[in-house]
Amino acid sequence: MSSDTLHAATPGIRRRSAMSGGSRIDRKRQRWGWFFVAPFALIFIGFLIVPLVYAFWMSLQTSTLATGTQFTWFANYVKAFTDPIFLEGLGRVAAFAFIMIPIQMLVALAAALVLDTLTSWLSKFSRLMIFVPYAIPVVIGALMWGFLYSPRFGPATDIFGLFGLAAPDFLAQSAIFGSLINIVTWQWSGYYMIIIYSALRGVDPSIYEAARIDGANGWQTATRIKVPMISSSMVMVLIFALIGTLQFFTEPQVLRSVAQGAIPVSYTPNMYAYTLAFSYSQFNYASAIAFSLGIIVFIGSYIFLFFTRKQSGLK
Amino acid sequence: MKFKILATAGVVAVAAAALTGCAPTADSGSSAGASCTNKIVNTEATQVSVWAWYPAFEEVVDLFNNTHDDVQICWTNAGQGNDEYTKFSTAIEAGSGAPDVIMLESEVLSSFTIRNALVDLAEFGAADVKGDYTEGAWSDVTSGDAVYAIPVDSGPMGMLYRKDIFDTYGIATPTTWDEFAAAAQQLKDAGSDGVLVNFPTNGRAFNQALFAQAGSVPFVYDSAKPTDIGIDVNDDGSKKVLSYWQELVDAGLVTTDDAFTADYNTSLVDGTYAVYLAAAWGPGYLQGLSDADSSAEWRVAPLPQWDAAAPVQVNWGGSTFAVTAQAKDKAAAAVVATDIFGSDEAWKIGIEKAALFPTYKSILESDYFAELEYPFFGGQQINKDVFLEAAAGYGGFTFSPFQNYAFDQLTEQQFAMVQGEKDASQALDDLQDSLVKYAGEQGFTVK
Repeated sequence: MSSDTLHAATPGIRRRSAMSGGSRIDRKRQRWGWFFVAPFALIFIGFLIVPLVYAFWMSLQTSTLATGTQFTWFANYVKAFTDPIFLEGLGRVAAFAFIMIPIQMLVALAAALVLDTLTSWLSKFSRLMIFVPYAIPVVIGALMWGFLYSPRFGPATDIFGLFGLAAPDFLAQSAIFGSLINIVTWQWSGYYMIIIYSALRGVDPSIYEAARIDGANGWQTATRIKVPMISSSMVMVLIFALIGTLQFFTEPQVLRSVAQGAIPVSYTPNMYAYTLAFSYSQFNYASAIAFSLGIIVFIGSYIFLFFTRKQSGLK
Repeated sequence: MKFKILATAGVVAVAAAALTGCAPTADSGSSAGASCTNKIVNTEATQVSVWAWYPAFEEVVDLFNNTHDDVQICWTNAGQGNDEYTKFSTAIEAGSGAPDVIMLESEVLSSFTIRNALVDLAEFGAADVKGDYTEGAWSDVTSGDAVYAIPVDSGPMGMLYRKDIFDTYGIATPTTWDEFAAAAQQLKDAGSDGVLVNFPTNGRAFNQALFAQAGSVPFVYDSAKPTDIGIDVNDDGSKKVLSYWQELVDAGLVTTDDAFTADYNTSLVDGTYAVYLAAAWGPGYLQGLSDADSSAEWRVAPLPQWDAAAPVQVNWGGSTFAVTAQAKDKAAAAVVATDIFGSDEAWKIGIEKAALFPTYKSILESDYFAELEYPFFGGQQINKDVFLEAAAGYGGFTFSPFQNYAFDQLTEQQFAMVQGEKDASQALDDLQDSLVKYAGEQGFTVK
């Protein structure tokens, strides 16, 4: 969406940098600039940069329960990328990404396109209702679904019972993958729908009019005009979903309390890092796992954005 | 430009999620400046901060503060079990933020002694109170001459059962595991909707106790030689026990719900399970649950035995008070750890309000405790009938210094077993392999 804002801003920056070091008024302005930035900068450095550097420094050491801590350079990273548990977790979140992201995108896009064509009070109401799950804290949402999936408290037992069938066990090992996808889709589709919807509202209506005059029907307008017009928003939603999925943590962690066997402690890389640090006291290796995952998220996002640079307007 | 910001945010969020706890904090948490849940009676005295989660603990704290002029307790509930351990573990890593005195279950003591997080209380005269406690409980908190904690309560195991369900289906109270299996079959044949009992794959210390009853000694570990460990989790006793349960599971005679979930709690009190294999704190746990059957009539019987002629008593759970290495005034902290449950008055609160089972001999051996009648069990004198004998027969148990890992692996293997992926013997062999491998990675010499 902001490709034009980006271009508009660039000359401004260039002009100011060309002038810097010039007049005294300008230097005074710069001082004030620092003054205004300082509160944020302090917090940014204190709570983000320092912990990150500290964590990275920790990840370069190896500590074992019996022999203490030693500086081992990148040994933990070598261990991480050959650790079958970590790699298995990565494979699992990759599988989640492949299945979950398209589903979320389709639901969000379909909802946004439908809402875009409606103009009654119903559209406002529906928009709110679709967005509501996002407003529920992730932990609460996961807890709620834990109860809905429960064979004892959940509605499935009653609904299937009406037809004389046994309800499936949503928390069983074979079903947990789908159950998690359902929770995440429920939670996030509304949010993505709002992003796509606002992009749709930003499209000049005269283009639709032209399409109508050319004889395009609703479906053709949607697929040939609307979707290509908002491709940069779609790419942004995709990258949000990709990063979120690779960092999958809260939902399986919460559901684990009711389905421990089906969700082992190393189900996703983030859960693995958390368990290593806080349950097994391996803070060093946990830092290495966290950074390794961060690197993968970075590379994954970079590659994705490189290949979609045309659609995203970021070239 | 934007993609860089987004991707960086990804890296940052990942690392921050796992590491927020590791950054050094300015707040010391110890003694001065800590906020207390309770009221300090004598503000001049040394304050000792305590983390504990016992129910009705506030009255015990008040009693201590009212009877001590020179030391005062400042109490915080930092969460139960793993929630508290996570915070403590982070504080150890950070080097600050731990309380002076902490409540720990005996199963995690060696996990913290190996990180030099606990003070040897023998230097503060803890050996003098040795005679006040049962032998089994004392052996759980000591290693050689070192005393790492003062035992408080223990969990001798018994069998809580629904007398009304047993009567309805004509089931006699089983005294051996063979009779227990027969009772499970009988209940199913009689057409009951429920099952005799649940076998949780995440039972952790519960499963470990059942193995111990058949002679399993999973770990040999002495904190005097912290780098040596013996691991034997796939012995014949453990295999016998797990195979026994596998047969019951395969025959559909027991359920395999996860323990301590909402489903499990409901099943405990609504008659789905006719038996609750429990520790002495089990009745307290049951009474805390809602939605109970109004017709429920609970009774207690001894835990079934493998050999009725040679009964073996086991323990599930049990808590202690330890002094942390970060304590500012270690002598004062040692006084708190030793004295807080070191009086009959404190114990009466613990027993009557918090359903604790004492390791403190003067109460344990008193007529008051033996003859206490429990309305929840229809007026049965459960201590005299079951738990006192169970407690007397318990000689102590050794856990590993990486017990959380060992329990997580046990859960995974048992789950694989009830899923039909492997049999009991294979599950325990795989558990043995994973623990030996882990111990090696952690720098232990495995014997």
